[in-house]
Amino acid sequence: MTQLQAPPAPGRPDDEQPPAAPPRRGRRPRWPRPTRVIVALLLVGFSVLFLYPFVWLVSASFKPRGEVFDNRLVPRTFTLDNYVNVWQEAPMLLWLGNTVLVTVLAAIAVTLSSAMIAWGFAYYRFPGRGVLFGLVLASMMLPGAVTMIPVFLIWNSLGQVDTLTPLWAGNLFGSAFYIFLLRQFFLGLPRELFEAARVDGAGHWTVFWRIALPLCRPALVVTLLFEFQATWTDLMRPLIYLRDSDNFTIPRGLKALLDRYGFGGEWHWEIIVTASVITTVPMIILFFLGQRHFVQGIATTGTKG
Amino acid sequence: VSRTSDPALAPRAVPARSAEQRRRARKARWKDLGPALLFLSPWVVGFAVFTAWPVFYSGYLSLTDYDVISTAEWVGLANYEAMLEDPKVRLALWNTVVYTAMQVPLYVLVSLGLALLLNQAGRASGFFRTVFFLPNMTPPVATGVLLLLLFNGQNGLINTVLGWVGIDGPNWTTDPQWVKPGLVLMSLLSVGGSVIILLAALRNVPEELYDAAKVDGAGPLRMTWHVTVPMISGALFFVFIVNTIASLQSFTEAYTAFFGVGNTTYSNDAALFYVIHLFREAFESLQMGYASAMAWVLFVVILVITFIQIKVSRRFVFYEGDQR
Repeated sequence: MTQLQAPPAPGRPDDEQPPAAPPRRGRRPRWPRPTRVIVALLLVGFSVLFLYPFVWLVSASFKPRGEVFDNRLVPRTFTLDNYVNVWQEAPMLLWLGNTVLVTVLAAIAVTLSSAMIAWGFAYYRFPGRGVLFGLVLASMMLPGAVTMIPVFLIWNSLGQVDTLTPLWAGNLFGSAFYIFLLRQFFLGLPRELFEAARVDGAGHWTVFWRIALPLCRPALVVTLLFEFQATWTDLMRPLIYLRDSDNFTIPRGLKALLDRYGFGGEWHWEIIVTASVITTVPMIILFFLGQRHFVQGIATTGTKG
Repeated sequence: VSRTSDPALAPRAVPARSAEQRRRARKARWKDLGPALLFLSPWVVGFAVFTAWPVFYSGYLSLTDYDVISTAEWVGLANYEAMLEDPKVRLALWNTVVYTAMQVPLYVLVSLGLALLLNQAGRASGFFRTVFFLPNMTPPVATGVLLLLLFNGQNGLINTVLGWVGIDGPNWTTDPQWVKPGLVLMSLLSVGGSVIILLAALRNVPEELYDAAKVDGAGPLRMTWHVTVPMISGALFFVFIVNTIASLQSFTEAYTAFFGVGNTTYSNDAALFYVIHLFREAFESLQMGYASAMAWVLFVVILVITFIQIKVSRRFVFYEGDQR
């Protein structure tokens, strides 16, 4: 695995792409022309396959109850009723608000704390560093199921069950994967820069906050985006911690709607379909806002397998 | 370093650091400990409270009977013994292993196929990469909902399309035989992340190798199999192992579609994955001790499988710069 490349020199605008490998045109091995036509057809075919589920979902959300399952691309009867009704059937706005709050807090908390910790590991050479960093890596291997129950008991004893706190407050203590990612990035920065600042009288915090952190911006953005997505889409923790439906996040709310309108007595798939669209659209917007960072972050860290 | 041409000002060669100096520069310094601990303090606290203590406490709980309300009662190894007898645990483990055995190879093959296609796409590859990645942003809950809708046996899109070519599609969401295949197919929607990783690896294959292969008269297929795949075997293995670990812990899509309060329509033991069973034992039946024991068994299973995969991979995986 390669690492996220650090900008080579200070003073360079750091949102510029790190220098890519010299452009090698003509993807190798170049295939013969008939094969290339097939490649193009396959690419288009797979694209349809990959996008159609979401298109189907959006289309269904504009259909009246009886036509949700008709599998037509363009609704026979176009209606906005579902988008009016869904807010009345469920406190969607409240759920969206809860989710935004939790997601923003979780992403900011984990980014700042992980950056601090990563800096501690990257810059300072203290005795026992190897052992401690080994513990960081080891904690990445631990399945969530092992710590899930005791962590629940902690929040329970603090009286935080059925509040939003357990969904983000753990992020104040950093997260192993992001610590690893950011440390790699810090290690790629020229050390002389920080030594020079120290000689010039900058304090420990100033070197971190004013010099190291700004240079690290691309990696910080990747961390923010990944955590934003992870928290927004999480279902398990809201299932564990949230009881009152007023506290639900939007995926937890969607699951509740599915349980109420999808199974058993009342069938209202049009409500479920519409709520699914509302749950998904913010993630699609997030992707288009940070597309380059997502792709770069995944290519270099190999997450989100 | 000044780049002046004046020989008087030019430094005598570049600082020939002695071995001693270099050793000292790398050596740990006690005076770094104070400030380092300041930066590390969130991690120290977090690790102690949210990792180290939970690991020990979970180990302890696994030896007790505990329902949160009353105090934990020591039962020794009874939970582990009970697991051996518990048909539900056996079923959940079996479901998970079968699902993983189907899902991971298919997932890796599809990612590889798409990455190879993208590598041929020239200037359009950026566009298609976006298209393939986009479904990865779908929240797993919504994927679970989509599964129920698209794979519906009577009027789901999948069976409708199968009907066009004369195939009578199965009841994907109710027939125990077809529940796992449906989940596997649905999981391919998130293949985009792996595609990006493999594509990055493909772009790093040195061009000379292809030239050499061409001189030797290899066609595109042979080149792919004998040059490309071995050269990206490191990335392939990485994708394989990460997906195995994730697959063994599958939860959200299957839980959304097949479990939950009042879900009698689709409730299906064929989708009872290990983590789903564990979750229900812990938070629906409040069997915290038993669930902790289950968690430790899962940990061991994952460790063993990962260990075997690493051992086996030694034979097949080639890392550049590794001369062994």
